[in-house]
Amino acid sequence: MIKIKKEEIESHTISLLVDNEAGVLARVIGLFSGRGYNIESLAVAEVDQDHHKSRITIVTNGSPMTISQIKSQLERIVPVHSVKDLTTEGPSIEREMALIKVVCDGDNREEVIRLSEVYRAKIVDTTKNSFIFELTGANDKINSFIEMLHPLGLEDISRTGLAAISRGKKE
Amino acid sequence: MSELTGAEVILRALKDHSVDHIFGYPGGAVLPLYDELFKSNDAPKHILVRHEQGAAHAAEGYARSTGKPGVLLVTSGPGATNAVTGLTDAMMDSIPLVCISGQVPTHLIGTDAFQEADTVGITRACTKHNWLVKDPNDLAKVIHEAFHVATSGRPGPVVVDVPKDIQFADAKYYPPIEFKNENYKPQLKPDMRFIDEAIELMANSKKPVFYTGGGVINSGPEASHLLKELALLTGFPVTSTLMGLGAFPSEESNWLGMLGMHGTYEANLAMNECDLLINIGARFDDRVTGRLDAFSPNSKKIHVDIDPSSINKTVPIDVPILGDCAYALEGLLLKWKSKGHKVNLDSWYKKINDWRKKDSLSYKNSSDSIKPQFAVERLYELTKEKDTFITTEVGQHQMWAAQHYKFNKPNRWMTSGGLGTMGYGLPAAIGVQAAHPESLVIDIAGEASVLMNMQEMSTAVQHKLPIKIFIINNQYMGMVRQWQELLHGGRYSHSYTDSLPDFVKLAEAYGCLGVRTSSPDELDKKIEEMLNYDGPVIFDCVVDQDENCYPMIPSGAAHNEMLLSKDKDNKEVSDEGKVLI
Repeated sequence: MIKIKKEEIESHTISLLVDNEAGVLARVIGLFSGRGYNIESLAVAEVDQDHHKSRITIVTNGSPMTISQIKSQLERIVPVHSVKDLTTEGPSIEREMALIKVVCDGDNREEVIRLSEVYRAKIVDTTKNSFIFELTGANDKINSFIEMLHPLGLEDISRTGLAAISRGKKE
Repeated sequence: MSELTGAEVILRALKDHSVDHIFGYPGGAVLPLYDELFKSNDAPKHILVRHEQGAAHAAEGYARSTGKPGVLLVTSGPGATNAVTGLTDAMMDSIPLVCISGQVPTHLIGTDAFQEADTVGITRACTKHNWLVKDPNDLAKVIHEAFHVATSGRPGPVVVDVPKDIQFADAKYYPPIEFKNENYKPQLKPDMRFIDEAIELMANSKKPVFYTGGGVINSGPEASHLLKELALLTGFPVTSTLMGLGAFPSEESNWLGMLGMHGTYEANLAMNECDLLINIGARFDDRVTGRLDAFSPNSKKIHVDIDPSSINKTVPIDVPILGDCAYALEGLLLKWKSKGHKVNLDSWYKKINDWRKKDSLSYKNSSDSIKPQFAVERLYELTKEKDTFITTEVGQHQMWAAQHYKFNKPNRWMTSGGLGTMGYGLPAAIGVQAAHPESLVIDIAGEASVLMNMQEMSTAVQHKLPIKIFIINNQYMGMVRQWQELLHGGRYSHSYTDSLPDFVKLAEAYGCLGVRTSSPDELDKKIEEMLNYDGPVIFDCVVDQDENCYPMIPSGAAHNEMLLSKDKDNKEVSDEGKVLI
């Protein structure tokens, strides 16, 4: 009997430093769609104005073989300068920011404020019957806050996607 | 809902969408589908092409001449990449195509497998929409959606990429009637407020002109009827783009001829001087507008288009009418009738008739050599009483065909407008002939263009499609040479073709009839010989090598800066103009 090794699916956070030029994001995303890889989250912004460099942080999943193939494929893209797998290359810090709108009044209003204190979410806007919260934290903290707000009048969510950086001195 | 294989689902869906012809070429990744074609008794007729580009253009010819979507079937990798030119052509000219491509099995996607290409990625820019089907139970839905997207709103090509394992897998089928479209719902009926505004402008105009395009033809024969009725009722003059020829009968007295770079003097001057421009299903293409800041400077502009992104794209519009041409024309017609408007156009037509006196399509005929314009004129005279469809390649011969062949009905004229694809006409003629087996189908060709898809003669012979290839042979890429003459000091860099094949022998090699003439006296007799032959013909019409296509608006010039012929008023083309294509 042949034993087929079933490989575990893992989630990895990959950090890319790229030239901030037209079409670079399309090249990176096109690689994922063209080769059938998944994107769980994506965040991108310029980080070095003088040298026109942007940081793209991608959370992806796949078997270890697929993950290593994704990294190798990313390295082949000409305007991609570095590819770091933050999940495997030493400790790193990961954060995400979410803006969450809740529409509620009466008792729910108090309950929502109490919850936000527990999660240390900031109230950035309020009207008579709504709040907008800003919450920064790890992915699951945001998920859990959103889950708690569901029965209390959750209206809309906007999330930045994960941003991540490695800890300690550059080697 | 019934359980079939993926390949069976595809064929069933094609049947339910009344597909009677498929243009295709087999290969590893579509073998299950081809096996179904072999086994099935009621499968659509498969036309085996010789190159996938030919399949795409044939499907375009089929679509343009019938108003139905054209279907092509290609394998993965090179099959799909070869189809890209045809898909892009259909995208530019708004032709409904459904392209089914094979793909490597799902577990090999992304591994650089044999004949793998990222078809969905590659065709993203040249399709209205595309799909990669990874779940066999999505197949029926995706194919129904594909036909819906290709044919509704502004038509265009779509690609359905089907991995080989999905073609083998068990799949559920449900018919199109159960398909609920939730995503794509273009607006067909225009907002009546804008129709009212348009009628107001029309009633108060002194120098109006209808500028019509391919949208009228795409909308269906009803739109052409309505256009004719509206134009005759109002008496407004009508000009048309290359794509719109045939929507308004050229025999009517308010017909101005085609407009644009090689349009008539009267059409372009009318555009320049009008006080009301009514665009119906055209898109202000740069071939039509010339220099944008001098385009129709004193007119109010009404624009009927089904694609909101076409409106206000390059030319600011006063009255936008979003919707299908037929609905818009019907609305305009009813409103005009109910108001009983009448506009006095006497002084406008007096001007137009003065412009007509320039006789801008005239040329100096010769008794020694065949002038290309004369060749098209004779072809028209000898075929106008027949049930004729014309396709063309791209270049000078295409413009001469547009100028000198007259069209009175829609869907009779198939040409590559937006993309300008040399090699379009021969395979397009195959598609037209497949749809209209009893009709006369002629590709007015150039010798350079036609060689780009010459291999498709073999397709015509195999499927007994008696297309006539009428080559206007001047041994030059004529339009390239004309531009080199105009812009590059007559330095004819690589625009002359040495070592052309002997087209008569080539015809014979394919099993067709070859005809050649270079004598104006003999031309009619030889054309008759071509028309009387029951089978495909290659006609090598050897013409005057130096003839250029006039009138012409040079790039970067305005409508009132037309060149009428080589000898007179030739101005230097501006530096800005030289940059333009």
